[in-house]
Amino acid sequence: MKHLRRSLIFLRPNTLLMTGAIISLVAVLVSNLLSPQYLQRAIDDGISAGNQSAIMNAVIMLLLLALLRGVFSFAQTYLLERISQNVAFDMRNLLFNKLSDLSFSYHDQQQTGQLMTRVTSDVEVIRQFVGQGLLNLVAAVITVIGVIIVLVATNWQLAIVELLSIPIIFALIGFFISKVRPLFGVVQSRLGALNTILQENLAGIRVVRAFAREPYEQKRYLTMNEALMDVNITINKRSSVAFPLTFLTVNVATLLVVLVGGIKVINGTITVGTLVAFLSYLVVLIGPVFGIGFLATAIGRAAVSAERVFEVLDARNEVEEKPGARSLGQIRGDVEFRNVVFKFAGAEQQALDDVSLHVPSGHTVAIMGRTGSGKSSIINMIPRFYDPQSGQVLVDGIDVRDVTLDSLRGNIGMVLQDTVLFSGTIRDNIAYGRPEATPDEVVAAARAAQADEFIGGFPDGYDTLVGERGVGLSGGQKQRVAIARALLLNPRILILDDSTSAVDAETEYQIQQALDKLMRGRTSFVIAQRISTVRNADMIVLLDEGKIIATGTHDDLLRENALYGEIVDSQLRKDEPVAAAEEAN
Amino acid sequence: MQRRGGPSGRGPQRGGGGGGRMDIASLEYAAQLADEKAANAGGAARRLLAYLIPFRSKLGLILVMVLTSAASQAVGPALIGMATDRFIKPNGDVTGLALTMGGLALVYAVGFFAARSQIALMGEVGQRLLSSIRVDIFQKVQRLPLGFFDKNPAGDLMSRLLNDTEVIQTFVGQALVQVLGSVFSLVGIIVAMLIQSPLLALVSFSVIPIMLIMTRIFSLWARDAYRRTRETIGDVSANLQEEIAGIKVAQAFNRTQAGQQEFARRNALNRKATMSATAITSAFQPLVDVLGTLATAIVAGYGGYLALQGRVSVGVLVAFVAYVQNLFRPLQLLSTAWTQAQASLAASERIFELIDTPIDLQDAPNAQPLPAVNGSVSFENVSFAYDPAKPVLNNVSFTAEPGQTVAIVGPTGAGKTTVISLLARFYDVTAGTVRVDGHDLRTVTQASLRSQMGIVPQDSFLFAGTIADNIRYGRLDATDAEVEAAATAANAHEFIARTKDGYQSKIGERGSGLSQGQRQLIGIARAILAAPRILILDEATSSVDTRTEVLIQSALNTLLKGRTSFVIAHRLSTIRQADVILVLDAGQLIERGTHDELVALNGLYAELYRRQFRYAQN
Ligand SMILES: Nc1ncnc2c1ncn2[C@@H]1O[C@H](COP(=O)(O)OP(=O)(O)O)[C@@H](O)[C@H]1O
Ligand SMILES: Nc1ncnc2c1ncn2[C@@H]1O[C@H](COP(=O)(O)OP(=O)(O)O)[C@@H](O)[C@H]1O
Ligand SMILES: [Mg+2]
Repeated sequence: MKHLRRSLIFLRPNTLLMTGAIISLVAVLVSNLLSPQYLQRAIDDGISAGNQSAIMNAVIMLLLLALLRGVFSFAQTYLLERISQNVAFDMRNLLFNKLSDLSFSYHDQQQTGQLMTRVTSDVEVIRQFVGQGLLNLVAAVITVIGVIIVLVATNWQLAIVELLSIPIIFALIGFFISKVRPLFGVVQSRLGALNTILQENLAGIRVVRAFAREPYEQKRYLTMNEALMDVNITINKRSSVAFPLTFLTVNVATLLVVLVGGIKVINGTITVGTLVAFLSYLVVLIGPVFGIGFLATAIGRAAVSAERVFEVLDARNEVEEKPGARSLGQIRGDVEFRNVVFKFAGAEQQALDDVSLHVPSGHTVAIMGRTGSGKSSIINMIPRFYDPQSGQVLVDGIDVRDVTLDSLRGNIGMVLQDTVLFSGTIRDNIAYGRPEATPDEVVAAARAAQADEFIGGFPDGYDTLVGERGVGLSGGQKQRVAIARALLLNPRILILDDSTSAVDAETEYQIQQALDKLMRGRTSFVIAQRISTVRNADMIVLLDEGKIIATGTHDDLLRENALYGEIVDSQLRKDEPVAAAEEAN
Repeated sequence: MQRRGGPSGRGPQRGGGGGGRMDIASLEYAAQLADEKAANAGGAARRLLAYLIPFRSKLGLILVMVLTSAASQAVGPALIGMATDRFIKPNGDVTGLALTMGGLALVYAVGFFAARSQIALMGEVGQRLLSSIRVDIFQKVQRLPLGFFDKNPAGDLMSRLLNDTEVIQTFVGQALVQVLGSVFSLVGIIVAMLIQSPLLALVSFSVIPIMLIMTRIFSLWARDAYRRTRETIGDVSANLQEEIAGIKVAQAFNRTQAGQQEFARRNALNRKATMSATAITSAFQPLVDVLGTLATAIVAGYGGYLALQGRVSVGVLVAFVAYVQNLFRPLQLLSTAWTQAQASLAASERIFELIDTPIDLQDAPNAQPLPAVNGSVSFENVSFAYDPAKPVLNNVSFTAEPGQTVAIVGPTGAGKTTVISLLARFYDVTAGTVRVDGHDLRTVTQASLRSQMGIVPQDSFLFAGTIADNIRYGRLDATDAEVEAAATAANAHEFIARTKDGYQSKIGERGSGLSQGQRQLIGIARAILAAPRILILDEATSSVDTRTEVLIQSALNTLLKGRTSFVIAHRLSTIRQADVILVLDAGQLIERGTHDELVALNGLYAELYRRQFRYAQN
């Protein structure tokens, strides 16, 4: 409930609309009350009296009232929908903004399907409650209070009999909500799970097909679908009693009023007129009670969904800007790691164990090491994708935690290991980090990344659509677009995480040539497996199990480090390389 | 229906330059579709109703319950009226009153049970219906060829499952019962009116044709408007899905704000679409209300005139005025429900559109399961294009003998992965034939073909779950020992053993929690566990360090003795020992032979080879 109340803050910007909706509601109520009077007049003064013009007058008034009612009931529905849409709109935007600001650690642990369920389905549940439930609830409460006052004023004894039903109804509703409420949470999380299965089947479709695992996936999906259906049916069964029961309570109250009131009339304590009036007020009560009974489950559902929405909105961002963070400005590109220790959330081992490294501005560092030795982890510290548990990462001598994320990341061009392109044209993708770049700059970046040629091969060139709705690119083509995207930023610090792994040797050589020129004067971090890529670096860092075990140039390491020798050996098999190299010379 | 551009029929809308232009294109497209879809309008309703057929007996029961509870609601007031008339007066009959109230209590009890079972039953029918729609969507998704997913955003497909089904549920769960109830009271009132005075009855019905026409027009408008609502929410979801998938890049490039703006833009489009739909539906109800009052006015006016002439009695006329009021209440409910039904019809259109997508790659009607193969593979004059305008493979022919290791080499984009995709029949060849053990792939079932292959794709996708689950994906009945053996062969055992829960360690979506190279190792272990007759490694070790790669290689050499394997790799050290090396360039097979033969040939391969070592050595 706490969360549902909290979600009411989304109504605050809509006060004007709400006032309009309430005014319309009242106007509709008033014209509803007036209509019967004119109908009465048409019958009594007109039809019964045989007065044609009285009929006409009353009828015209009826039509006018209907028009009035029409206008206001339109306004009421429209405004309510507008309010609820505004609430959903703001909620979705806020959720999205939060999600896009949350750090890598958060996203490492979340499933897309679950997140999407929160942003769409949970928001929709709340929206429906706000749109249909809330005002009805308010109207119901107002009506109930009004009726209570009138009844007590008329005859308090009968009033007590009649009003006894109200606390009973509320108790019943409370009881049913508490009984099904936990189940709504189950529904939404199962829905999320079902969504995740679908999402994985879409994202991993090649693997599913390659292993002919369709029946397995189907079973997984059917099981979850069944589980979701079951809990929905259970909820439905349990709550199906709520609505008829509230109705029954009102009915019993009616019955008691007739019985007790009837006896009073028979005894001559009250008049028939009073009893009839009482009964007609009961009829007035039925409407709102109807609404409340109907709302009982809606409130429970919305409360759970609100909780799920706020869970995301309240999620702690592990990489938060300091309140007084300053802008980094133009940097030289000096990077230093001081005793950095880093462990991923939930991991057993430290990914980085006391890493210290100083990279002077303009130097190229190559990082090598076994799979899982911590190469990506190191470079992920520089743009502050993760924060270390202890130690410091400094850029130009300033701790990265003291500056704004925008200004820090704006100085860094990155090619992440996992290449992701977005739906849009190739040009959009290259210009992703600098949408204002000129076409010439885009082409220049593509040239340097050796992408210009294959892009030219597409009928639409740079306007070729790629991504979810566009053509597929081969792995190496994607990597080259990603490299162009980073180069276009013209960053002071360039980070390439295994960015040519899917590129053939020839193309890699050419990229290398272009990069050698481009990297001059910039600080660059290069992760690569191939010796050919790293040998020209100013410094090679050898990592193992999160520790730096050696640093030096290619020649230094070749002389001094056995492990490096092993790596070189694994790429140049005995006799062969010499022969090949000689052949080449 | 031929699909163009995707189920939502919308072009990409991502930030940057193309936005406005695509909007216009998609508008035109939407207009075009509207015509086609108008024809489908009745179809969607019928299809949706067809989902109700399995529940006919339950629906029959619901009908009885609806009737019972309606009857109890009518009888209650009548009993009270009787009591007031007969017993409740000064010195009235207390016993009579008590008896009547006893009867009333009974009626209320019956009404309670009827209402309760009606709600429970209807809810169950709604849930079951929804569940079978969800299953149908998923089954369809599983049968659609890969080419479909190249073109359709995952988020939009998910929106169909998530949001569109929800709209249907809301309607079926709430409106259907209302509709049933209204129909009953409507019939009752009409009959009563016709009996009392056929003439006045016909006069009061005079506005009904107007109402029918209005309903028709409004529901068409509403349908169009709701269609936009569904499409725009699909866009919101597609954007959401893509942004979540690309969140790390967005943060790396400082583009989260631009992403937020784009999301807000689509979100606003959805709100706008919903508001237009609301404008239509919320104008409708007041209009019906006005029409109802008009009918009252006509009855009162014309009836008054008749009464003056003495052709109807005043009593009948008074009764009629009340009838007309009562007549329009259910009518109003009905027509509003019908307009609102358009939302659920628009949603079901999108679902049926997906379910009806023609499948252009499926098992032939007489497809046979492929018997256990020896592993000979042949490509005979194979040509292929993803997009007819851009051929990718051009007349490629080669043969691989059982047990051979075939390496495919060539520049990126040459078509290497495409060759593999054709071998697994992810796509059908445009011309030529692919055979395994002499069987044309198109004559065997896909499942029997793929279950004899182990593929490690370029992007080795892992599922959220434990490491063991992911390896076991290769063979579901493998024992723990077998899983561990496969991991050891893939050189993954060492790092798995070091994680907190070993093989039971949970990994996140797409394998988050592991380094890229570690993901590839799991992917290899998975394929090894499948013990396939044909193993395909598509740049399977590209992110793995070279020392580990050498170890994997030697493990594979012993494990895969006698099995045919295809290897794509850029590090030529990986493929030197292959029995045959195929060199692809721009979709043409330009060289083939062993390493030594190709080096001697002094063509592209020799060039690539020399380059690699030159850079390594010097
Ligand atoms: N998001 C994550 N959560 C938990 N552990 C992770 C995560 N990413 C990587 N790891 C673990 O941290 C270690 C270092 O990974 P990484 O730096 O990516 O290695 P690599 O040297 O291959 O780039 C590995 O053991 C890996 O399993
Ligand atoms: N799903 C797809 N849709 C359209 N074009 C594609 C698709 N996949 C690859 N292509 C195109 O086909 C060509 C060959 O790609 P691919 O076989 O992946 O190359 P590689 O030799 O690098 O494996 C490339 O030009 C690529 O752009
Ligand atoms: Mg890495």
